[in-house]
Amino acid sequence: MRNRILFTLQFLFTLLVAAFLAVPAGLSIAAGVTVNYFRGLQSGVTLQWVAQVWDLYAGTILASIMIALGTLAVTLVVGVPAAYALYVRGGRLARLVEEIITLPLAIPGLAIALALLLTYGGFGSFRRSWLFILAGHVVFTMPFMVRSVMAVFATIDVKSLDEGAASLGAPPWRRFVDVIVPNAAPGILAGSLMVVTLSLGEFNLTWMLHTPLTKTLPVGLADSYASMRLEVASAYTLIFFVLIIPLLVAMQWIGERGQSR
Amino acid sequence: MNMMTRHGAALKVENCGKTFADGTCALARATLDIAQSETLVLLGPSGCGKTTLLRIVAGLETPDSGGRVLFDGKDLTRQPIEKRNVGMVFQSYALFPNMSVADNIGYGLKLRGLPKTERAARVAELVALTNLGGLEDRRIDQLSGGQRQRVALARAVAIRPSVLLLDEPLTALDAALRERLRGELNDLLRKLGITAIYVTHDQAEAMELGDRIVVMRKGAIAQVGTPREIYFTPANRFVAEFVGAANIIEAPIESGELVLPGGRVPVSGRDAMSRAVAMVRPETIMLADAATAGLAGTVDSVRFAGDRQRIIVRDAASVPLAVDAPNTVNVSAGERVGLSIPPAAIRLLPEED
Repeated sequence: MRNRILFTLQFLFTLLVAAFLAVPAGLSIAAGVTVNYFRGLQSGVTLQWVAQVWDLYAGTILASIMIALGTLAVTLVVGVPAAYALYVRGGRLARLVEEIITLPLAIPGLAIALALLLTYGGFGSFRRSWLFILAGHVVFTMPFMVRSVMAVFATIDVKSLDEGAASLGAPPWRRFVDVIVPNAAPGILAGSLMVVTLSLGEFNLTWMLHTPLTKTLPVGLADSYASMRLEVASAYTLIFFVLIIPLLVAMQWIGERGQSR
Repeated sequence: MNMMTRHGAALKVENCGKTFADGTCALARATLDIAQSETLVLLGPSGCGKTTLLRIVAGLETPDSGGRVLFDGKDLTRQPIEKRNVGMVFQSYALFPNMSVADNIGYGLKLRGLPKTERAARVAELVALTNLGGLEDRRIDQLSGGQRQRVALARAVAIRPSVLLLDEPLTALDAALRERLRGELNDLLRKLGITAIYVTHDQAEAMELGDRIVVMRKGAIAQVGTPREIYFTPANRFVAEFVGAANIIEAPIESGELVLPGGRVPVSGRDAMSRAVAMVRPETIMLADAATAGLAGTVDSVRFAGDRQRIIVRDAASVPLAVDAPNTVNVSAGERVGLSIPPAAIRLLPEED
C-alpha cells in the first residue's frame, strides 16, 4: 500500500516535470497555427502563418539544411579517418590532437566565432560566403563526430581488427574501407545525426558569423522573434520542430539499439 | 608423416630487442633460427616478452635498431605486416563482424586478386580442413568460441603464408575445449607442414605442439630446446619450475651423495659441493621401505588425482617433496615412508639470481 502511494507520488512528480518542459513547447506550436493567439484557439486554426514563414524565411531554412549537410560531409570525410588514425596510432601526440579537436566543446560559440572573425575576417569573399558559416559549424561539430566514432572503436576492438586485416595483406586504406568503416557504422551514424542536429540548431556562433545574406534557420528565428508577430515566430518554431524532432528520435533509437547489442 | 611436404619460409630473428618509448625494455636482444616447417613455441609467463617477439616477426612492432628479421634470407625488417605474407591468429581472433565466415576466410585471397571461382574453391578447401562445413554463411557473432578459433585459423592459412603466427590462440576457450582443439591444432600443423611460431603461457600446449620450445622470462630467452630437453634437462631453476612440476632441493654434496635431513642420495656428475641446487621431477621418485631406503620422510598429505596420486613428504629434504605414486599405492598422512631416487633423475642446476 505504501509502495503504491510512493509510486503515485513519483509518477505525478514526473508528469509535473515533463509538463513543465512540454507545455511551453506545446503552447508555442499551438500559437503557430492559431489565427489570433491573444484570442486563443477559438479564434480558429490556420496554416497561414506557416505559409508566411515559408515565404519570408524559406531561404534560411534551405540554407540551414544545406549547411548541415555540408558540415556532415566535411566531418565525415575528415573526422572518421582522423578518428581512425588517432585511435590506431595512439600515444601522446594522438591524445594531444584529440584534446585540441575537443576544445570547441568547452569554449563558448561566441568566442570561437570571434576567433574566426579575427583570423579570417580580412578574406572578404570567404567572410561573406556560406563557407564561413560552414567552417564555424565544422569546428563546432567535429568533436562530436570524432568522439562518437572513437567511442565505437573502443567497443569493437578496432586495433585488433586493423591488425587482422593488415596481416592478410590489406594496405591502410583497404582496412579502413573494408573493415573499419563497416564495423564502426553505428558510431558513424550516431555522430552524423548529432552533427546534423547541432548544425541545424546552432545559434551562438552563427549569429556572430552571419551576414544579412547568410542567415540560418535559428538566426532567422531570432530575427522573427524580434520583429514579427508572435504567431509568425511560433509558426517558425513549429517548422524547426518538424525538422529537428525526427533527428532526435532517430538518435535515441540508434543509441538504444547500440546498447542492446 | 614422412610424406609430409614442407611449406613456409625459414626464419631468422637476428639481434632483435624492443625498448618502448617510455624506456621499458620488453625484450632483450635475441637471436633465433626457425627452420622451414618447424613449429617453434614461445613459452613464458605474461610479460616475458613472447608476444613482443612474435609481433616483431609479424611486422607489428619494429625491433630496436640493429635488429633484423629475415624470411628465407631476405631482410624484411622494414616491411610492414601487410607486405610480409604472414598468417596470424590473434588471441581475440580479430574476425571481421561485418563479413560472413566464408568472406572472412576469403578476404586475404580477395586482396591478392584471386578470381572468384578460385577463391571459392580455396575457401571450400579450408572450410573442409577446419570442419566448418555448413557455417559458411553464418555471421561471426553466431559462432561458438571454438568455431571462431577455427575460422581465424582458416583465414590465416588461406593465403598460403610464409609463416603462421599464433598468439595464444586457445587462451580464450574453456579448459575442455582447449584440450580438444589443442589436439586438432597439432594435427593441422603437422598436416600443413608450415613454419609456425606459437605463443603460449601454457606448458602443456607448448610440449604437445612444439618441435622446439623457447622458454622466456623477463624479456630474455631462458632456454631453447626440444620439449624433452626442456623437461628433462632444464637449463636453470626458472625453466625447471615453469615447465612441469619440480622439486628444487638445496643441499651440500659429499662424496657423491646429496646430504639431506632425511638421508643421503647418490648423484652423478659431482663429488663434492658446498651448496648444490638439484631438481627432481615428482614422477621419478619412488616409494620404498622406510627401514631400508637411503632417504626417508613422513607423509604430510595425499592428493588423489584419479590416474595417480601426489604425495607430499616432509622431513626428507629441506623442503617438502612432491612424489607421484601409482593410484594403487595405499599410504596415509603421518605414515613413515622411504624414498628412492635414481641418480639419473637428479639434475643439478646452475646457481643463479
